[in-house]
Amino acid sequence: MSARPVNQRAWWLVLPVVLLVAFNAVIPLMTVVNYSVQETFGNNQFFFEGVKWYSEVMHSSRFHDALKRQLMFTGIILALEIPLGVAIALAMPRRGAWASACLVLMSMPLLIPWNVVGAMWNILALPDIGLLGWTLNHIGIDYNYTRQPLSAWATLIAMDVWHWTSLVALLAYAGLSAIPDAYYQAAKIDGASPWAVFRHVQLPKMRHVLTIAVLLRFMDSFMIYTEPMVLTGGGPGNSTTVLSIDLVKIALGQFDLGPAAAMSLIYFLIILLLSWVFYRVMTPAEEGA
Amino acid sequence: MARLRLEGVRHSYRAQPAQDADWALKDVDLEFEDGGAYALLGPSGCGKTTLLNLVSGLLHPTQGRVRFGDADVTELPTDRRNIAQVFQFPVVYDTMTVFDNLAFPLRNRGMAPDAVRSRVQEVAALLDLEGMLGQRAAGLTADGKQKISLGRGLARPDVNVLMLDEPLTVIDPHLKWRLRSKLKELHQRVALTMIYVTHDQTEAMTFADRVVVMHEGAVVQVGTPVDLFERPRHTFVGHFIGSPGMNVMPCQVDGGVARLGGRAVPTANRPDASLAGRRTDLGVRPEFVRFADDGIPVRVARVSDAGRHQIVEAHHGDQVIRLLLREGESVPAGAAHVAFDPAYTHLYADGWICEARA
Amino acid sequence: MRRAKALVPALYILFLMLPIYWLVAMSFKPTNEILGGFTLWPHRFTLDNYAKIFLDRTWYMGYVNSLAYVLLNTLLSVAAALPAAYAFSRYRFLGDKHLFFWLLSNRMAPPAVFALPFFQLYSAIGLFDTHLAVALAHCLFNVPLAVWILEGFMSGVPRELDEMAYVDGYSFGRFFLKIFVPAIAAGIGVAAFFCFMFSWVELLLAKTLTSVDAKPISAMMTRTASTSGYELGLLAAAGSLTIIPGAFVIYFVRNYIAKGFSLGRV
Repeated sequence: MSARPVNQRAWWLVLPVVLLVAFNAVIPLMTVVNYSVQETFGNNQFFFEGVKWYSEVMHSSRFHDALKRQLMFTGIILALEIPLGVAIALAMPRRGAWASACLVLMSMPLLIPWNVVGAMWNILALPDIGLLGWTLNHIGIDYNYTRQPLSAWATLIAMDVWHWTSLVALLAYAGLSAIPDAYYQAAKIDGASPWAVFRHVQLPKMRHVLTIAVLLRFMDSFMIYTEPMVLTGGGPGNSTTVLSIDLVKIALGQFDLGPAAAMSLIYFLIILLLSWVFYRVMTPAEEGA
Repeated sequence: MARLRLEGVRHSYRAQPAQDADWALKDVDLEFEDGGAYALLGPSGCGKTTLLNLVSGLLHPTQGRVRFGDADVTELPTDRRNIAQVFQFPVVYDTMTVFDNLAFPLRNRGMAPDAVRSRVQEVAALLDLEGMLGQRAAGLTADGKQKISLGRGLARPDVNVLMLDEPLTVIDPHLKWRLRSKLKELHQRVALTMIYVTHDQTEAMTFADRVVVMHEGAVVQVGTPVDLFERPRHTFVGHFIGSPGMNVMPCQVDGGVARLGGRAVPTANRPDASLAGRRTDLGVRPEFVRFADDGIPVRVARVSDAGRHQIVEAHHGDQVIRLLLREGESVPAGAAHVAFDPAYTHLYADGWICEARA
Repeated sequence: MRRAKALVPALYILFLMLPIYWLVAMSFKPTNEILGGFTLWPHRFTLDNYAKIFLDRTWYMGYVNSLAYVLLNTLLSVAAALPAAYAFSRYRFLGDKHLFFWLLSNRMAPPAVFALPFFQLYSAIGLFDTHLAVALAHCLFNVPLAVWILEGFMSGVPRELDEMAYVDGYSFGRFFLKIFVPAIAAGIGVAAFFCFMFSWVELLLAKTLTSVDAKPISAMMTRTASTSGYELGLLAAAGSLTIIPGAFVIYFVRNYIAKGFSLGRV
């Protein structure tokens, strides 16, 4: 692309966007930072407390537990959804009416409100009257997600896989569609096996979309709130209380402004840090298409 | 091995071809001699890439057979046909080194590591890639990558036909000639049949011993570059080859003689009785038109400078006639006349050259 | 081999459709049947659950409210993003790279972090419990997304088009509306689609910023679930209805989904 000219008046064009986003980002963030270094005993009186809240959060076992649960959840999700999504994209027809129908049907879970997703699986997994719950108990598995942490986790993961794998599959499919036929033709002429074609042609060419998929799934699974909240409420006990759920409990439930604010910032920073790590790992020095 | 033959090949991309326009290739019968250098020349959409893909096996012909020597290979898949193909843009395996790229087709066929290594070294030497064998293929320039594509084809000892589908498309203009010369040099050193598909006549004429000119799915003429130049079988070949192209002038045929504006014009071929009722044209290249004291009267409209010669555009009534002026020649002042060299002036009926010689 | 390969997407789609089927099936069952035991399909088919929703104002207003703020947000986000994306695509200016990155980084902010601050902020400016509040709040995530998508599409349009228009005497405004926007129509469609999607599905902020007047359907449903008497059939019907806008939207953009992927950013 030819070099773009410098033009400071372009700032007028970005002004609406800056205003909208800054209003929603800067003011709340300032509020949060403010709360995170202050203590209040009610009556709208605030006292500066320095890093007390940060220290408290970082040392709190409640926070550590929530973080551990979150990391485990995200780790399992990525390990399941990325390979599964790629496999589905590889198996889909590349063009024709079936491809279109497949894409449409696969997109459906992505457009269902998140609370409905939670409610759907809630109903589905009810031990005595839900399709999944009843079936599992009927074939001999003792399953009750409202009472057993393991069942709750399994259901939570199944729900997320159901909900989001399509995103990975759609992205991977887009990446695959962009590979020109000549590569497949040349590989045929070279006598390559299907596995070799995957390893040397498809996977390298999908690297860009896979990076996007991994980053998106990482970020979104790390921030997840609604679906687990509606499915299990964080329970049984707090076995499925992931970070967001814990944070909202502290902020909106207990109105513990200081700790909630400190935790918010730490939370945000963790995501930024891990996203950066993922990004660096997945994109070595770019040398051109 | 032996010669490559296409017999009665017709191809359509539609499931139920109904009319003429549905056929990408209309009845092709071609023979390629073993070890020859051929070019498939024609404008976009003429069917040359379709033809190429039929030979390589990437397409299965709707009708007709493909033979390598005595063997009918029409049903054989691509990797069993002993062909190699280079595509319009470089196809390399980004994650592998240059060495591994060249070795890839050999390893896939189970060649022993030592044999692979020596073979890759040979090919790399042929293509001046020796210094880069350890580098990642993704880091090379476009012409380097095309050489790798070439190399993968040359590396295989079982390859008999090398096909090139407009391989210079993405190469920088000042590097094209280098790769072109390399291809010619390769052909002389390696006993392969090479088929080069292009829409660029310079590429075709400089590379090939014999050129196959195609137009709208049919083969119009097969011949050496000189043949195509001096005796085009179809007015399309006259237009397409040469810059500027051949002059095509509607004429009348009367009493065994061609006439342009009433004046008799001697031709290399003889008009015969079958011409009655058909559209007749005279074809002569600007290279073979001269100013003369006596001949067809023209009015000089424009002279453009093309370096070593000048192109003169002259008008005879509504008819435009172009001729070339070499250095030292000049446009006559006042009334001008042109004459055509009879040895290179041909009569065409409905676009096709009349076969009878004068 | 080809048959076995076709099995993979087939099984996956079956897996996807099962919970949806279950939800819809349950919406047609009376509460007795639901709580009475397991039935694979409605044995006593009823439309009572749907009737309740269509006749109860608080219920159907939930849908209206949701659609209202979603459409409002989509409009706002795309309208603001268009000039900004143009600027990023065509010009360099002081701080442009940092600005772009800052915009994208908001996508990485957990909504949970903003729940309380948004509650206080929007209450303070008197927008609590309005459609506008939710529409504005969702801009935090949707505007950067829209800018990102549109910039990608715009970069695919050669600058020569702009230059030709100026030579022909178009003012910037006329050029943008009459020439440029049609050229990136597909991109606007994709951006609008994603904005609609993210706004329609989000619950936490939508619930936090509303109480009665602008209560979205998602809040209605969670309220129903938590009050005594888990009205499962009603819940299922409400949920099933929320799937419809999504299905509609996908149906309309199905051609773009099938072929537009390679056009855009990805």
